[in-house]
Amino acid sequence: MKGEIYRVAGPVVTIMGIKPKMYDVVHVGNEGLMGEVIKIEGDKATVQVYEDTSGVKPGEPVVNTGMSLSVELGPGLLESIYDGIQRPLKVLQEQMGDFIQRGVTADGLDRERVWDFKAVASVGDVVEGGDVIGVVQETMNVEHKIMVPPTVSGTIKDVRSGDFKVDDTVCTLEDGTELSMVQKWPVRLPRPVTKKLMPTKPLITGQRILDGLFPVAKGGTAAIPGPFGSGKTVTQQQLAKWSDTDIVVYIGCGERGNEMADVLNEFPELQDPKTGRPLMERTVLIANTSNMPVAAREASVYTGITIAEYYRDMGYDVSLMADSTSRWAEAMREISSRLEEMPGEEGYPAYLSARLSEFYERAGCVHSLSGEEGSITVIGAVSPPGGDFSEPVTQNTLRIVKVFWALDAKLAQRRHFPSINWLTSYSLYTEGLSGWFGENVSPEWVSLRNNAMDMLQQESELQEIVQLVGSDALPENQQLILEICRMLREYFLQQNAFHPVDTYCSFDKQYKLLKSISTYGDKAMIALESGIPMSEILALESKDDLAKVKFEEDFDGVLNEVLAKMDKEFAKLGGN
Amino acid sequence: MTKEYKTITEIAGPLIFLEKTEPVGYGELVHINLPDGTTKRGQVLDSSADVVAVQVFEGTGGLNEESGVVFSGETIKLPVSKDMLGRILSGSGEPLDGGPSIIPEDRVDVNGASMNPYSRMPPEDFIQTGISTIDGTNTLVRGQKLPIFSGSGLPHNEIALQIARQAKVPGSDEDFAVVFAAMGITNEEAQYFMQDFEKTGALERAVVFLNLADDPAVERIVTPRMALTAAEYLAYEHDMHVLVILTDITNYCEALRQMGAAREEVPGRRGYPGYMYTDLASLYERAGVIKGLKGSVTQFSILTMPGDDITHPIPDLSGYITEGQIVVSRELHRKGIYPPINVLPSLSRLMNSGIGDGKTRDDHKAVSDQMYAGYAEGRDLRGLVAIVGKEALSERDQRILEFADLFEDRFVRQGRDENRTIEDTLSVSWEILSELPESLLTRIDNKYIDKYHPAHKSN
Ligand SMILES: Nc1ncnc2c1ncn2[C@@H]1O[C@H](COP(=O)(O)OP(=O)(O)OP(=O)(O)O)[C@@H](O)[C@H]1O
Ligand SMILES: [Mg+2]
Repeated sequence: MKGEIYRVAGPVVTIMGIKPKMYDVVHVGNEGLMGEVIKIEGDKATVQVYEDTSGVKPGEPVVNTGMSLSVELGPGLLESIYDGIQRPLKVLQEQMGDFIQRGVTADGLDRERVWDFKAVASVGDVVEGGDVIGVVQETMNVEHKIMVPPTVSGTIKDVRSGDFKVDDTVCTLEDGTELSMVQKWPVRLPRPVTKKLMPTKPLITGQRILDGLFPVAKGGTAAIPGPFGSGKTVTQQQLAKWSDTDIVVYIGCGERGNEMADVLNEFPELQDPKTGRPLMERTVLIANTSNMPVAAREASVYTGITIAEYYRDMGYDVSLMADSTSRWAEAMREISSRLEEMPGEEGYPAYLSARLSEFYERAGCVHSLSGEEGSITVIGAVSPPGGDFSEPVTQNTLRIVKVFWALDAKLAQRRHFPSINWLTSYSLYTEGLSGWFGENVSPEWVSLRNNAMDMLQQESELQEIVQLVGSDALPENQQLILEICRMLREYFLQQNAFHPVDTYCSFDKQYKLLKSISTYGDKAMIALESGIPMSEILALESKDDLAKVKFEEDFDGVLNEVLAKMDKEFAKLGGN
Repeated sequence: MTKEYKTITEIAGPLIFLEKTEPVGYGELVHINLPDGTTKRGQVLDSSADVVAVQVFEGTGGLNEESGVVFSGETIKLPVSKDMLGRILSGSGEPLDGGPSIIPEDRVDVNGASMNPYSRMPPEDFIQTGISTIDGTNTLVRGQKLPIFSGSGLPHNEIALQIARQAKVPGSDEDFAVVFAAMGITNEEAQYFMQDFEKTGALERAVVFLNLADDPAVERIVTPRMALTAAEYLAYEHDMHVLVILTDITNYCEALRQMGAAREEVPGRRGYPGYMYTDLASLYERAGVIKGLKGSVTQFSILTMPGDDITHPIPDLSGYITEGQIVVSRELHRKGIYPPINVLPSLSRLMNSGIGDGKTRDDHKAVSDQMYAGYAEGRDLRGLVAIVGKEALSERDQRILEFADLFEDRFVRQGRDENRTIEDTLSVSWEILSELPESLLTRIDNKYIDKYHPAHKSN
């Protein structure tokens, strides 16, 4: 069916002459720019267009594809970088050079690449949605399972191993249905699962303040709100680099081009701590930067989460980072205002909160249709205007997510990184994961952690007094608490993402560091009680030496030396 | 194409609406012929089969329903050529210097296209500006967008000019150029820039676009786009390293707000349009380096924060897009310190890729972190001293307090023509750090202390 353009106003185009369904993908104008129907009113429909509309005129043709916005799922997703509507940026560059021109379509998956398909199902098998019919080694460590699409079932008439391209038929069912290695799925529709499960394992990130104080569970949700320059992107990238997941989907949603270039540059060089393979081999990047069309930015988070669901369905642990969900919300706001919808709070559409919760609901641990256990952990950055957390996007997000990593401009200004505020952040998984920590880290871990949190809480109260009277006016045992908290902050909480050693800290190291600080604290308290002057306790060299242990390649060796020295120094002071 | 329409039905602020036209393209350039014989230019904002809305750059003064409207059939283009160097153009690209019009080598859409992130080369070439608070603690690299956040009456122009004069990549003498775009600044300020450019001979290597305070506000929307188009052309077609100075972003945003109000849009925070983030990004993101190409576009723009408030939407949205910011402080200015850059709220996000062994020096990062920590703590202590007196401070705290003073006096303060090399900057740093007890230098690896600390250094 053909229609024509009635009106063009930026990314929003009104069409007439055809009767599309809501969310149909249409091609508008002489150049066939891609767009999606977002409103239908009488004989007209409104389309958000994923490309620049300059020069497009009323009267130009419109073609309806009749399909919803979908992504292609199959081998070749890993190591790719896509725009918000799954066009591979590498292909766009080959076709139109260094600047993105419009009207170019490109398949999400390479049609020419040949994959070695190994059938695991046999002729005569009765299969249904989610069943694995074969596998492909997608990258060195990721085995890509070729699953029957969720809506298909039947008896296998023919299935064969061999070298195939993604859209070659690898399996035929009795009813004639042909299955290839690629399936399409509409991005706005969650992929079905058998059952949702409670998250029970932590996502190990190698970041001390996250793992130690505010852990997120695999299959959980977390938000990182913070003003500009406070460390959202660095934290998200650290998570993408070091988390112990199988697959990472990283969405640069309305942010900087150079940051994406950085990831592209760095990830092939860095090693996955679990497998030793280049990080890029487990990563899918979606880059719809701030200067790329807003409608495609709106779509980018859906494209990303659908890809994440697909790998989850294979039984993988997937983590998805969205930087920044605020830019996504702003894209919704911009489109909504062009539609002249009734604005809600701060001009955001009234459905903002519904969209946010639908998105985070797609996280979780599941029994997939294929019977595997998989998970998606979603970590969203939030960019509140003026750093004010009372704004709608932050508030609506906090109502949904279970972990809140509050970034703090004051900490960032004094270069305390990660500048996550330990007093206002929280994790609702701490309780549920404590069993895991007890078994896998140390039986002592939970109490060490709780002690540290208590001390830091006390510190903030003591600081208020210090502000009024100076620290010398405090009793000595309280001065000691302040010192231990300084050690907690500087030796444990601070972690330099750009230091080759400190960038990742195993649980073993985290435990030993925290334990050592606590050991110093206990010994110092005993010494103080037995009458040894504070100044002598503070002057111990081993205390200062502890500061730099986290940077050492030979962590255990150096730590043991420092601890031995500490024993000696305390023994010399007497009291212990 | 040349058909003239006399179907204006409404004139509202900078906008005109007209009916019964042939189909008109979104974003098309429009010429408007006034009854008195003058012409104005505008751009299509909304085009439907029934009504077309046009925003008029020079304002709608003198327009009436008799005026004729001609649609050009194309979006706004800038004629570009290498001969633009040394020229002074208006905010919409017409020569102002009495010289001939530019003979174009090409005509380029001023909106530019977005650079494919896949084509970007992560910026990493250290630019030495000769200013310690930038080179030492907020390092600028080629292809970065790093604005100055300032306030009215502060010496941001002096700083920008000092950078334009001194900026270079040590050890290279590649082709460079400056593109300067004035948006709504006063004639006097513009003169100040022009005189300096002329005095130092910089004008020969510069392209200047002037939209002054008394020029139409709407024109301000195109001025930076023209400038960036010229910059991209010089960088990517002529292999030049281009430094773009846009001043003042605040005036640009005011023009945006004015346009939004005229279009009766639902305003966002403090009356600025909801799409201001995206709009500003379409300017700031036009900086960078492309794989395989020699040139680069670096942006060093000036933004005056209304009421010195960094949470105001203009600096706030900018900070969310740019790769850091250099914050000029009224407090330091009052103390008589030039350049009054407060390093604490300042940041260069690309610093880490531009410094270190082989680029600046191996100890650079550690030294910078240590100075931040010391200065931040010292400033906090100043607040405390005001309440409890210096005597109530511990010995340790007193040393840190003194460090903060030294930092401002020796590291921040420098002459308007003082061009410090990165080695100069780092030695000043070590001199003041060595005034602190070594046990407080927790951010610096021992190997650097052994190598650079004046008390250890062997030679
Ligand atoms: N863990 C860390 N270790 C060292 N430096 C850090 C760390 N986190 C943040 N930084 C520093 O802070 C700077 C800003 O961080 P980042 O770019 O992540 O901020 P952001 O919150 O994403 O800002 P925006 O909202 O503007 O994108 C970084 O360039 C880096 O210098
Ligand atoms: Mg960021």
